[in-house]
Amino acid sequence: MAVEKFPVEASHILMFARSIGDDNQIYYDADYAAGTEPGGIIAPPTFAQSSAQFDPNYFLRPKIGEDWFGSGKEPTGVKKKEGGSGGGGGGGGGLHAEQHFEYHRHLNPGDVLTGETKPGKTWEKESKRAGKLVFSESVTEYRDQNGELVITATGVGVRTERPVDQ
Amino acid sequence: MALKVSELKVGDTYSECLVEDLKRTQIVQYAGSSGDYNPLHTDEVFTTKVAGYPSVFAHGMLTMGMTGRMVTNYVGDGRLTKYGVRFTNQVWPGDTLNSTATVESVENNIVRLALETKNQDGATVLSGYAEARVDD
Repeated sequence: MAVEKFPVEASHILMFARSIGDDNQIYYDADYAAGTEPGGIIAPPTFAQSSAQFDPNYFLRPKIGEDWFGSGKEPTGVKKKEGGSGGGGGGGGGLHAEQHFEYHRHLNPGDVLTGETKPGKTWEKESKRAGKLVFSESVTEYRDQNGELVITATGVGVRTERPVDQ
Repeated sequence: MALKVSELKVGDTYSECLVEDLKRTQIVQYAGSSGDYNPLHTDEVFTTKVAGYPSVFAHGMLTMGMTGRMVTNYVGDGRLTKYGVRFTNQVWPGDTLNSTATVESVENNIVRLALETKNQDGATVLSGYAEARVDD
């Protein structure tokens, strides 16, 4: 994933905060936020994840004119069942196993970020509940409009041999 | 709002209920705000018939986001320096989640917290850590 331009916007922060059930005024009320230690609206700690909105090739967003693996008339919109081989990945590229953020500073509306992602380690593990697990790490560095590193995000995805037993 | 070194000791805890009876609509809200439209989270037909799960389930990042709310309510806004988690069990519609931060250490004006979020059955759905700046 590479994001060339991730504009941090107040309305996006508001919607993001609502979606995680966080009504802290610092995420939407500029007057209130001006009187806090950060001195203005900031983004919630996991907001950088929504850079997916600005990744033109993000594979978990339907694209105009392309097949989508979610249901329509049929349970999946793709003929070749991607989910079959990936098991518990369900055709969705696997499950999220871990996520780590390091904050060099917090995000403010008006920031324009870039995100450069590099692959990290990969490893395998046997699990009783889902068969063979293949883990892969990716490290994204978010930099601001001045080229300063603001957030380092490390994600770990896992592909399972079959759906996780419940 | 911010925590003070003098008021913190190892083993202190802070807890919040993150959500009661998680609704599918909230998962849809999170898909929309984050941009992660994986049908596993919002498309019951795909998830049950193709992926083989009993129902849609929450994005791990929704649980991390809600747990982050508990953390920032505790340490104050703009204070986090690190926050990381492991997703240990899936979170389903109807789940009720409670989350606890436990002080592991306080050194050089940084508090390190161990985080754990559990569902209504007591199963851990997320475990992790956070570090935050604290005042003298």
